Formats: sequence, structure tokens, C-alpha cells
Amino acid sequence: MNRISALFSKATEPILNVYTTAGFPRLEDTMTVLNALQAGGVDIIEVGMPYSDPVADGETIQLSNQAALEQGMSVAHLFEQLKDMRQTITVPVLLMGYINPVLQYGVEAFCAKCAEVGVDGLILPDLPMVEYEASYKAIFEKYGLYNILLITPQTNDERIRHIDSVSKGFIYMVSSASTTGAKTGISADQEVYFSRIASMNLQNPRLIGFGISDHESFLKASKNASGAIIGSAFVKMIAQAKDLSAEIVAFVQSIKGKN
Amino acid sequence: MSFNVDERGYYGNFGGAFIPEMLYPNVEELRSRYLDIIAEPSFQEEFHALLKDYVGRPTPLFKAERLSGKYNTNIYLKREDLCHTGAHKINNTIGQILVAKRLGKSKIVAETGAGQHGVATATVCALMGMECIVYMGAIDIERQAPNVARMRMLGAHVVPATSGSKTLKDATNEAMRHWINHPVDTHYIIGSVVGPHPYPDMVARFQAVISEEIRFQLQEKEGRDYPDYVIACVGGGSNAAGAFYHFLDEPRTALIAAEAAGLGVNSGHSAATTFLGKPGVLHGSKSLSMQTEDGQVIEPYSISAGLDYPGIGPMHAHLFESGRATFYGVTDEEALVAAVECSQLEGIIPALETAHALAVFERLQAKPNEIVVVNVSGRGDKDLATYQNRLKLND
Repeated sequence: MNRISALFSKATEPILNVYTTAGFPRLEDTMTVLNALQAGGVDIIEVGMPYSDPVADGETIQLSNQAALEQGMSVAHLFEQLKDMRQTITVPVLLMGYINPVLQYGVEAFCAKCAEVGVDGLILPDLPMVEYEASYKAIFEKYGLYNILLITPQTNDERIRHIDSVSKGFIYMVSSASTTGAKTGISADQEVYFSRIASMNLQNPRLIGFGISDHESFLKASKNASGAIIGSAFVKMIAQAKDLSAEIVAFVQSIKGKN
Repeated sequence: MSFNVDERGYYGNFGGAFIPEMLYPNVEELRSRYLDIIAEPSFQEEFHALLKDYVGRPTPLFKAERLSGKYNTNIYLKREDLCHTGAHKINNTIGQILVAKRLGKSKIVAETGAGQHGVATATVCALMGMECIVYMGAIDIERQAPNVARMRMLGAHVVPATSGSKTLKDATNEAMRHWINHPVDTHYIIGSVVGPHPYPDMVARFQAVISEEIRFQLQEKEGRDYPDYVIACVGGGSNAAGAFYHFLDEPRTALIAAEAAGLGVNSGHSAATTFLGKPGVLHGSKSLSMQTEDGQVIEPYSISAGLDYPGIGPMHAHLFESGRATFYGVTDEEALVAAVECSQLEGIIPALETAHALAVFERLQAKPNEIVVVNVSGRGDKDLATYQNRLKLND
């Protein structure tokens, strides 16, 4: 069974998914960050593949992408860094990024490499469902990769049903109309949206992302979903961390409320 | 072979809508409604009335006798520089603001490189009483100061894009982000034939008035409604799309595109996408773009802010791949020489962008009985500081 499905089928507590930019804060920190995230108790790790023009992301993640690229990060180098990750990492690992670097690597070669190093799924926000279904779904499935699709407060019910039917693993529920890190906290309007989606009885579980930055917002989001995703707040923290591993462990535990 | 968009939003292998879900409702609303909106008689009436009385259309098709003499052929200049606001860009912003109104939007966001599209957008927002935010690369804000002042005079809010190369590509990213963050009340007026479907097609349709006029004006002047060559500069490609549009299926007309080769195609400081680019996805569509082996966008360079873009629209990528259009790389220096030549032979100071198209005469070797139309996409007032610096304009 894919590690993502296994996780959701046995989870008893809210699931925490943390996004980190590969090759950040320093080029060779990727595995250090992954190991510390797991040690802290993260349930899913989302590894960002740096891109020069990440339009769905806000300033924090864009700057981390830029720094990683300047330090020499590339898709090929990331696979090199991840090649032995399954010797220590047991939690599901997703790669998040933009479609162009994947196209340049070659979609089939990319998916094969993901399977080889033990990546469980992909989040490619600018690969829309229609293009995915027309050109890439068969390749993803051949390599057992889950394609995680997004929904937003503006996505209509019919389209949500369609996304649900194409999705495997979980649905990435964007909490508000925004780029990453643009807003923090959960408003009353958002809670209405969360419960509307919860009442749709979708076949896939949902994780809520965008605007989650602390224990309180994590718990609030998790009330109407299986858990939540943290990105910008984590990237901001590691950008300034002096003792990377220790601070990551402490951060994860504080989000989960375990310290 | 078709050179127009298909129902999936593709031109051959290029096009589509590669957008994050956050933009899907906006783009889908536009896609599902733009053709019907444009076809409405009330839209057509309002659009054409504004083009005539506000923009000043039709723009003249001027026989450039002295240039014709020098190159021993028949050169016509399509005077988009005489449009209100000084460039062809306003044809599209008039069209899009009318679409935005009919979609019930109250706010406009746009990106701009040279500032011509920003000025054109700020102008139509003032005309229609809509709020206007224009993203512009921090570097472009410096080198196109007169246009920044014009946008502010018109009441627009000009926001510097400070990421990446701080030019048009980054202004486009920031405008897209703004749209993601304001999805309900805002329409994004893209200034070129780039972006997710339906933008390339919609912008091309609004700019098609250029080639429509060339046809009847040539009929009047030469007794035939097609030229042997149409030349236009290509950054994203909107003025070229407009100048080519009604000749796409006219085999007697050769389509010539001038790209900015900067300091030289292989100098590492260039924006000549068809020479340096590969297929990929940038700003919401699959087209040709300049990128590293790893798929990271390469920052372009051109003396002209309007051509300083690492991609071209999907229609142009298809015209290039199919061989329907011929692309030339024109350096900064060649463009400067051509700008001086046009100024001093015809009394018309062209925009730096246009100067790239004018530089093609030298290589074209058109015959004495042939007709060449070049689209003068904009006027050079905004570029006077650059001309002054580079050409040392002293007595």
C-alpha cells in the first residue's frame, strides 16, 4: 500500500504535513531537515523543488527557492540527495513543485526516479486536472505515484466532485484565495468553507493548507479535516535557525502541542 | 494547417492553461464567456466607437518614400504609434476593459515592461472609473520613468516587482499573484499574447484590427489587399499577432518577426527566444521559453524593456515551429541604427521595440515591385533618455 493511504487509514490524531524547500537553508541541508522533521513527529513531508518563478507561492517560499537555486539546487541534485532517504525516513514523502522542471527532466524519467528513491506523491499546482488526465495520469499510476490536487474556496461543488474522483491519497484544501504565507490564522468565513466541504462526504481525506502557522490554527483546521499543512511558517523558522535539527524538532512538537 | 487556436486552447503543440487551482475559476469564467461577450452587438458597437473616437483608428498606413528609396522596394509604415497613449497596446486594453465590465469586475491588475501596456491599462481604467494596479519591474521603473509618471497621473497604483530579474517576467509573476489573492472582483488585463488560454487568443483578436486595416488600406493604395511581407517585433508578441492575424492563411504574405538579440544571440545577454528557447511552461501556457537544462527561467536581456521577456506567445511558437513565420534576431546596436535611420529619413522616432522590426529591411532584400509593411508598434518618446545616452545626441 502507498504510504499515504496507509497513514490515513491508521491515523488517530490530526495529521501534520510540513513543507520544506530542498537545498535550503543550505544546499546540503535537505536530509538533515527531513530527518529532524520525522524525529519531531511530522506525519508527511513535502519537499519543495525550487523554481525560478513560483507564482502560487508568496515571498517567503519564493526567497527560499531563489536561495536554493543560487546554491546550486536542481532536480537531478535533489534525487541524488534523496537516493538513500528510505534508510531512515519512514513517513510519506511528497515532492512539490512546478511543472516546467518536471517537463525538462522528462515526465516518465521523473516519475521513475521518484519511485526509485521512495517518493509517494506529487503536488504540481500549475499542472491542471485536465492536462493531468489527458497526458500524465497513466504515467503517474504506472509508478504508483499519487497526484495531489488542490481545491480553493472558489472551486465549485461539481469540480470538487471531479477532483475527488481523480484524486488519490488526499485533497489539498487551500484555506483562502491567496498565495502561500499571505494570510495567517483561520477566520469564521474559512470555518464555514471547511464545514461545507466536510459535509460533502468526499471519498478522499483532506488536509488544509495556507495560513496554518501555530498549534491553534493547526487544531482549528484539523477539526474539519484530517489535518493540516504548514509551509511558510516553517521555512521562515529554518531560515533563521542556529541549531537546525533541534529547532525543527521543537517547532514540530509545538505545532502538535507536545511540549 | 491551422494557425488559430483550437478548442483546447492550443496552437499546434503550444498553448493550454497551466494555472494553479486558485486561478481556475477566473480563467474558466473568462474562457467560457469571452467569445460570446465579444460577439455581442453592444460590445462590438462600444469597442469600435472607442477605437475610432478615443484611440484614433484607423491608424494611417504611410508610404515611407525615403526608406523605400534606400532599400529599393515599397515600404509602408502601419502607424500604431499614432494611437492614443502612443502604442498598439490600447487596442487590447479597450477590448479587455469592456470584457471586464461585462464580467462584473470592478478592479484591474496588469503587468508592464516598457510601460506602454501599463499606460494603456491605466488609461482605460480612468476612462471606465475602475481601480488600477500595475506591477512593473523595479529596473523597468527606473529606465521607463516617463511612463511611470503617466500611469500615476492617470490614477493608477504602480507597484515595483522586486523579485528575480526585476523586469517584465517578474512583474507578470507579481500580477498573477495579485490575481490569486483577489480572485472575485479583479480582472487581470494581460498585455501580450501570452498567459493561459484564452488570453493569447483574446489579445490576438483585439489586436487583429491592425491587419484588418492593413488589408483595406493596401487595397486603396496599391489595388491589392495583401503585402509580400509583414514585419513586426516580438517580445511576447501582441503587435505581431495583430499585424499577422488576417494574413495567417494568406500564402502570398511572408510573416517576419524580429526578436531582441540584445548584445548578440549567443552573448549570454539576449532575449531571442526562438534561437535560445525550448518548449516549456511559463506564465500559464506551453510555449518556447529561455530556460536552463533544469527548467529554470533564464533572465533575458534587451535594450528595449518591451522585448525583455524570456518567452513568446504560443501562437508565435507555432508559427516558428511550422515555418509559417521567419524569425530574425536583431541586436541592440542594429535597432539603434534603424531607429536613427527611420527618424532622419521619415521624421518618425520609433519606440526601441519597433526599431528592432525596422532593422530587418537590411536583411530582407525585398524586390522593387514588392510591398513591405512594417508595424510601427509604438513611438519613441518614452525611449528618448536611452537614445540620448546611447547615441550621444549632441550638435
